[in-house]
Parts: sequence; structure tokens; C-alpha cells
Amino acid sequence: MNFDPRFSGRKFTSVGTRPVRPDGVDKVTGRARYGADFNMAGQLVGRVLRSPHAHAIIRKIDTSKAEKLPGVKAVITAKDLPDLTDGDAGMYDILDNCMARTKALYDGHAVAAVAAVDARTARQALKLIEVDYEILPHVTDVDLAMEHRAPLINDAIFTEGLEEKPVKPSNVTKRSQFGHGDVHQGFGHADFIVERSFKTEQTHQGYIEPHACVANVSSDGTADLWVCTQGHFVYRQHCAQLLGMEASKLRVTSSEIGGGFGGKTHVWAEPVALALSRKAGRPVKLVMTRDEVFRASGPTSATSIDVKIGARKDGTITAAQATLRYSAGPYAGSWAEIGAMTAFACYKLDNVETVGYEVLVNRPKTAAYRAPSAPMAAFAVESAVDELAKQIGIDPVDFRIKNAAQEGTRSSYGPVYGPIGIGPTLEAAKNHPHMKAKLGKNQGRGMACGFWFNFGGQTCVDLNIGMDGSVSLAVGTVDVGGSRASLSLVAAEELGIDYSQLKAIVADTSSLGYNDMTDGSRGTFSSSMATISAARNAIKILRERAAQMWDIAVDDVVWEQGHAVAKGDKHGNLGKLSLKEIALQSGKTGGPIAGHSELVADGAGVSFATHICDIEVDPETGSTRVIRYTVVQDAGKAVHPTYVEGQYQGGAAQGIGWALNEEYIYGKDGRLQNAGFLDYRIPVCSDLPMIDTQILEIPNPNHPYGVRGVGETSIVPPLAAIANAVSNAAGVRMTHIPMSPPRILAAIEAERGE
Amino acid sequence: MRYIRPLSIEDAVGQLAGSAGISAILAGGSDLLVRMKGGFIEPDLIIDIKSIAGLSEIRETADGFSIGAAVPCAVLGEQAALKKAWPGVVEAAKLIGSKQVQGRCTIVGNLCNASPAADSVPALVAAGARAVIAGPAGKRTVAVEAVPIAPGKTSLAKGEIIEAILLDSQAPRSGDAYLRFIPRTEMDIAVVSAGVNLTIDAHGVVTAARVALGAAAPTVLLVEEAAEALIGRKLDEAALERLAKVCAGACRPIDDKRGTIDFRRKVAGVLARRAALTAYARAGGK
Repeated sequence: MNFDPRFSGRKFTSVGTRPVRPDGVDKVTGRARYGADFNMAGQLVGRVLRSPHAHAIIRKIDTSKAEKLPGVKAVITAKDLPDLTDGDAGMYDILDNCMARTKALYDGHAVAAVAAVDARTARQALKLIEVDYEILPHVTDVDLAMEHRAPLINDAIFTEGLEEKPVKPSNVTKRSQFGHGDVHQGFGHADFIVERSFKTEQTHQGYIEPHACVANVSSDGTADLWVCTQGHFVYRQHCAQLLGMEASKLRVTSSEIGGGFGGKTHVWAEPVALALSRKAGRPVKLVMTRDEVFRASGPTSATSIDVKIGARKDGTITAAQATLRYSAGPYAGSWAEIGAMTAFACYKLDNVETVGYEVLVNRPKTAAYRAPSAPMAAFAVESAVDELAKQIGIDPVDFRIKNAAQEGTRSSYGPVYGPIGIGPTLEAAKNHPHMKAKLGKNQGRGMACGFWFNFGGQTCVDLNIGMDGSVSLAVGTVDVGGSRASLSLVAAEELGIDYSQLKAIVADTSSLGYNDMTDGSRGTFSSSMATISAARNAIKILRERAAQMWDIAVDDVVWEQGHAVAKGDKHGNLGKLSLKEIALQSGKTGGPIAGHSELVADGAGVSFATHICDIEVDPETGSTRVIRYTVVQDAGKAVHPTYVEGQYQGGAAQGIGWALNEEYIYGKDGRLQNAGFLDYRIPVCSDLPMIDTQILEIPNPNHPYGVRGVGETSIVPPLAAIANAVSNAAGVRMTHIPMSPPRILAAIEAERGE
Repeated sequence: MRYIRPLSIEDAVGQLAGSAGISAILAGGSDLLVRMKGGFIEPDLIIDIKSIAGLSEIRETADGFSIGAAVPCAVLGEQAALKKAWPGVVEAAKLIGSKQVQGRCTIVGNLCNASPAADSVPALVAAGARAVIAGPAGKRTVAVEAVPIAPGKTSLAKGEIIEAILLDSQAPRSGDAYLRFIPRTEMDIAVVSAGVNLTIDAHGVVTAARVALGAAAPTVLLVEEAAEALIGRKLDEAALERLAKVCAGACRPIDDKRGTIDFRRKVAGVLARRAALTAYARAGGK
């Protein structure tokens, strides 16, 4: 493949416009099909029995009574999902998480499942399953889990990444370290040092649509799965591996998706539904309740972070250090490692050191949540940066501008940056009218920066030109944030046709080559690259067909604004052939016209944002109100600016919920106390102001149009920006997220000495 | 499960009294259906009271208002006379759940659900509202605060149904108000709440008062000492301070996922104070 992905600096016709989204009408009329909207004749209802204990040995499961209940067609336990993972530890964890094998590791861990003719029968059957548990001591707090006397969650885990291999097992699965220079020397040169500890509680992605799927395993061993997912190809691989199938025998079709935010990158219910269907010999629909979504899916890590930053009087940071502890649930992960990589990524530092610890706890397996691990690290670092600026007596924006990373800076996690947007977002924030707006009584302003890597990965696209000249685009990255609209714009741009001539779909796993999932803000970045490549391949064929129609050499045909044009004086009287004219003749000139592309999209440009917010605090109750919020972020190139703004606003909205109210609350018994949207408080509309956005476009040199991922960075600064605002409004530094009213009131009173 | 829709209160009472197993009254269903869906209750009999004559009406009587047991909370807000007389009761009823829920839920259902955090109940208690109860032995009328006896439990006997809530005509120079604390702006359950109803004389001196607290104890509290802190005084700083202190002291809250003991005590005082100021202004006090 000789596709050149470099930024070309071309002028755009379609890209950058804001047409109506192609999936909009079906969504507002209720016609769009989400995970639970698929149905098959004869389908059964699947339900999962979950452990009520945080940590317990499963001595015995007796399913005989449930099996005898009329209407029950299958009952499964771990025995029905035998271990086929062949030493793949990551896959074994996924298997064990789908169906507990010897131990229940958290409240909500699946231990058995049934398929029955209706929901009532399925519920009754669950009650008839007898599980004999031996309850073990549990630990749900990240700091307590690190203590030597903490209950051990997995005695086969020995901390990786230490100089000497430990002799005793531990809940700390891994230590990771990043940085360069000498922080001790750096702190020696500092005139001011801020050192603080921070905590953040566990949050859930809070997608409105629960996990849902329909599984149909045929008696010939082939299967279909309709599912709400961010990555149907990855689901296919995982399910096929866990059920002992060949990947090509399992066709996975992704539904519309009512939010994922990283939480739908992981299988929970799908292998269970397939195993039920295989045993029952009928299709099985499995839809998680909200309670199950909270107890068993998601969430992100709870964290405990220590930060130390030193600076000279002139505002130059001399050293920065952080120790980050992230909960992983009961299985190993790399969450603290990502936190340790991102913590100081916004800054140009001579001396920096971060150390991350992955910690096992009796909570659900941690899953990705929008720029996973970065918001918590940014909260700790940006809070300390703000405090340090205050101590030095320098404006917090100027302090950040002075220390911002630039092109050529060696990042705190290793690589040297290309052209980046941290400086420009800070300058834009400094000049934004929001920064100069007057504050009222009990109001405070805060700002913070955020970084995210962005990701590219394996991508495959088919572009098919119909005989009537309309174009269908089949992509393999699930549309979670408007990628069908954006990719249609890109294809329209490249082909030189109108957006309305295109229809983009997400193809199933049997209709297209493998695609990595829509994560790491890769959907539009990578699939647009593949779309450009596919369109260029189609244009090559269009030119050949035009040459054939004109009977001239193909090298004399160029593609301009949706038309084949014969170039050179000798072809001066040939006129132009439109895409449609060529398509109409395609049956006679060689058959269908299509462009394909398979590539690994490298060079996803890193992304930076700066957020500003104003918060009012009621000093008598600790209640908060977000008065104003502004997001400034680099998009590289905003393909569909309305969607980009939506991503900026969505990340900020989720960050506001996380910062102020959202948290997993566990009882002393290790059970989740608030597994529902009533007491797990995501913001409602009236909690939020209109979130203002400013798109900056610093082209990514590794994409033909300069595109960078935009989906995740917007959730990185909010925790810190809001904490800085609340701290300024309340007159006391807030170090524990969420800053719920009881925590704020307690902090205010402690400060007053009450 | 059997679902019936009787046309008279006598029939409903007879069916309820004669039922075996678990029976439930259905008005708006905003509590019942949620509990059924969550698997917390599987009733054998559901008695829908919405077709019983008169139960979906608000009547203005010589003494005040009679609000039928099936009147949705949203309708309370459309009744101008009721809104004018008892703004605190109406604003409390219109805080329950969401707009959609308010189109279905009723204040009698809110009362019979017997949650200490019920929004309309502290306001009703402060207003001195009474419940008309129909039962196998005939009708009786009790103070609203006598209905809930513990979280999820009422004093209603087998076969009894509350058919209406009675509110007196508001006395001259009187006002009521209700405030609750929630971390969000709406669609939430009170962490703690306060209802205040007071009457003043021509000089702005409080002559009568009732103060009720929600989510501060196993049932809604009528705090008589708090009323005493106001009666005989203008709403000066000292009276307000005393009110807040008494309310904080009267609480018997718990630590739970929605708030701490300490937080609930403090905020109960803050809300009582703020509600008293609003009620005082509504009574014409300056």
C-alpha cells in the first residue's frame, strides 16, 4: 500500500461544515435499534445470578432445583465456560470476571446464569440456585489494600516491576516508573515546594444504555451475536476464544450505542449469553439491569496520589514528583501506569519522576473510562500547580504558560513532542473573555490543563460506488461520537461529491476486515485515514474507467472536484465525466467500482486542553453550582465542528459529575450502596450551564487532513479545574473527589476551626 | 396477581379488608411500580383507586381544601386558590421526583410510602394537614404526622385506605414554606428538609408556628420546641439562631449514602432558618 498519510495542507469544501447527522432522525423517532431492540423468534430471557459477597470461596453451586422449574431451558455456571485461555492471563481474567470460577471477588460478581421462557421464570429460577459460600475478609479501599495485613485477593500475584522479585504475594500487582533528570537535585534548586496528597473515589462511565445482547448459537456450531459495543471485532475475538470457536464462525453485529465512554470495550454478558444459547439451543437475550451495570460493569479506578512540585521564584518548575495508587478491581491492570505517564505530560520539566502502583481491591474489574486514568492524575497535579502559583505569587495561567511543553520537549513519559497545542490552549484561555468576567459573592474561578495520548490502530474501510453514482461507506469502528457523519464528510471531500450522495454504515464482523475498537479517540482519526485511502483507491479505478470510456491513457486523466478530467491540449475537447456518469457505465467498463483500505493508523497526534470554570459555593451547606464553564481544546482539524463541540461539552459534563457528586459508596460489608442513578448522582440538565467551547486547530502532521482524536481529552482537566474553583470559592484547598456538599462543608468548618 | 379498579371507596375497602396475601393500593404508581420492577414487592392484589368517584378532585370546602387521594401532584400546582393559601405544601409536592413523576404521583402516596425523606410530608405536617381514612369500621380523621410510624410502615389498619388530605383555610397573616437539601438541582431525594408554617400579628410578631423536619429521623418530625423558639418574637437573628439550634438538636439522623449525621444536623438548622424567612415574608412580615 503506498498511501501517504502526511498532512497536505489542502483547502476543504466538505470537511469543517456542519451537516445534519445521518443517524439523527431514527434516533429522535425511536426507530434506531439499540442493544435491547434486537429480537428473534423463540428467544429466551437470560438472567445472571450475582454474588452478594465482596469476597468468598464458592464451595458448591446446586442448580438442580432451578433446572427443574418449568420454562427454564438452560442453567450455566463456570463449568459451562471451561478454561480455554491456554495460559493467556488477560483472557483468563476476562473469563473469570464473566463467570466466577472458584471465588467471588466482588459484590455483583456473576456466579451462575439461566435462560428461561420469560423474565418471571428466569427470576424465579435464580432464586432456586443454591450457592454455598465461604465468606472471606475483603478490602475495597485502595490504600488499605496496600497494607501488609490487608486480605489477599489473589495469592498468585507477586508485585512486578520491583528490583528484586518479592517473596510474598501482594495486592500490588505492578510498580511502574517514568521520568528523567534528578528530582532530588531539582527540589534542591526550588524556592517554593508544594507537597500534598489527594484521593478520588471510584466512578462509573454512566452510559444511559445498559449492556444488552442477543446470542444465537446454531446447532452447526456457528453463531450470531447482536450487541451494544464499542468494538464488535474485539468482542468477536474474545467470545470466540472463550467459547472455543473459530472467529469467522461468529458474526457480531454492533447496535446503535447509548454511550460507552470506554465501558463497552470489555465483554461481560456476551460470553454468558452465547454459552446459554449453546446449551439451550435457542437464541438468548441478555440485558443488564441498572443495578447490574453498576455492580458488575465499568467502573474506573479509585485513586490515592501524592504530588510534590518545586519551583524557583521566577516561576520555573525545578522538579516534579508523584506517587500514584490506582485500584484495578480484583484483576491486574495498567491503570496507575497510564496515570503515571500522563501526570506531568503538559509540562516541560528537567527533573520529573512518577511511580504508579496497581492495586487489587474487592470491587468490579476496572474498565477504561474516557482518557482512562488521566483525570485523577491531572486533578492531583493541577491542584498542586495552582497552589504553587499562589505561593510564588504568579498568575496560574502565566505559571502554566511559562512551564508548558513545546515542540521538541521531551515528555515526562519519554517521547519527544511534535507540534502540540498546550501553549496555544493556555494562550487562548488567557485571552478568553471568561477569564476577565466578574465573580459574585461566594464564587471562585479555577482552571486546569489536560493531556491525552490518542490512539490509531488497525482499521479497514470499504467504499462502494453504486451504479447510480451514490456511495456507500462501510466502516468497522463503531460510531459512538458521530463518526458516520464525519467519515461521510471526509469521503465527500476526497471524492469531490456532495455529503448527501453518501451513506455510511458500521459493517458487521463478517463483512469487513478486522478493526480495533472505538477507543483511544481513534474512531474518526483512524477511520478517516482509511476512508481517504479507500477513496483514493476508488478514484484510481474511476480514472481508469474514464480513460477507457474516452479511449485515452489513464495517466492523462486527473480527478478534480468529483469529475474525471482529461488533461493536456490534445484532449481539450473531451469535457468532463462525473462520478455518476462513470458509475452508470461501470457494468460495461469492468464491473463494480470500489475502493478498499486496510491500514494501521500510526501517528495519532497527542491532544491538550485547558478548561476554565466558575463555581459558587453555599458556605452554610457546602452546596455547589457551576456558574460558567469554558473548554479550549486542540482538534488538529475539526471534521464536523458540531460533533467536536459535543465531545468537548460531553467530557466537561462528565467531569463535572465526577468532580462534584459521583462516587461508588461501599458499606462495611463490602456491598455497593448506591447501584442506581438516584444515589449515584450524574448531573441532570439543570445542574449544568451551557458549556462554552473553543476549537483550536494545530494540524497533526501524521494525518492527511491534520485530524487528531478529540473524544477523551475533554474529561482530563475538569476535576482539577473545578477543584481549583471550589478551593478558591470556599477558601480551603479541596483534596478529595467528589467534592460533595458534606465534604465541602466539613472542609470549610475545619478551616474555620469549628 | 389480581388487578381491580373499584368504583366506590366502600368496595375498595371491602376488597382490601377481604384480601389474603400482599395487597397494594395503586394511585400514581410512582413508588409501587418501581418497587415491583425492582423485585422488592410481588403483590397478590393491586387496587387501583383512580376510578373511585371524587378521589381525583380537589374540593374547596367551607373549612379549606380536600385533596383526593388520586390527585397527581402536578394538579396541585394548577389550583390557584390552593397555591395561594398553601404555597409551601404545593412547592413541596412539586419537588417530588421529576416533571414526569409529578404528573402521576400523589401526596397520599407520598405519605403512605412512609419514607422519612418524603418531600410533601414535612410541609403537610407544618400546615397541620389531616388525613381522612376510610376503613371497614367507617371513617376517621387523623393528623398527617400520625400516619407514618417507621420507615415504610404506617398506622393504617387492615382494610384502611386514605381517601383525602384536609387542609384548613390559611389564617390571615400566615405563610408556609418548604425547603429540602439535595446535591443536585432536581430528580433527587431529600438529604434533609424543613417545612415551616407561621402566623404573625399586625406588628410582625409570630403568634403561631409549626416546624417539621424530613430525613432527620425514622419519621418526619414535628419539632414543637422549634415553634416555641419563634412564637412571641419577631423573626430576628436571635430567634433564627435559636430555631436553627433547636432543629439541629431535634434531629436523630443516620449516616448513610446520602449524608452524614453531622451534615444533616447542620443543614436541618440552615434550612429551617431559610424556610422560616420565606414563610415570614409570605405572611407579610418584614
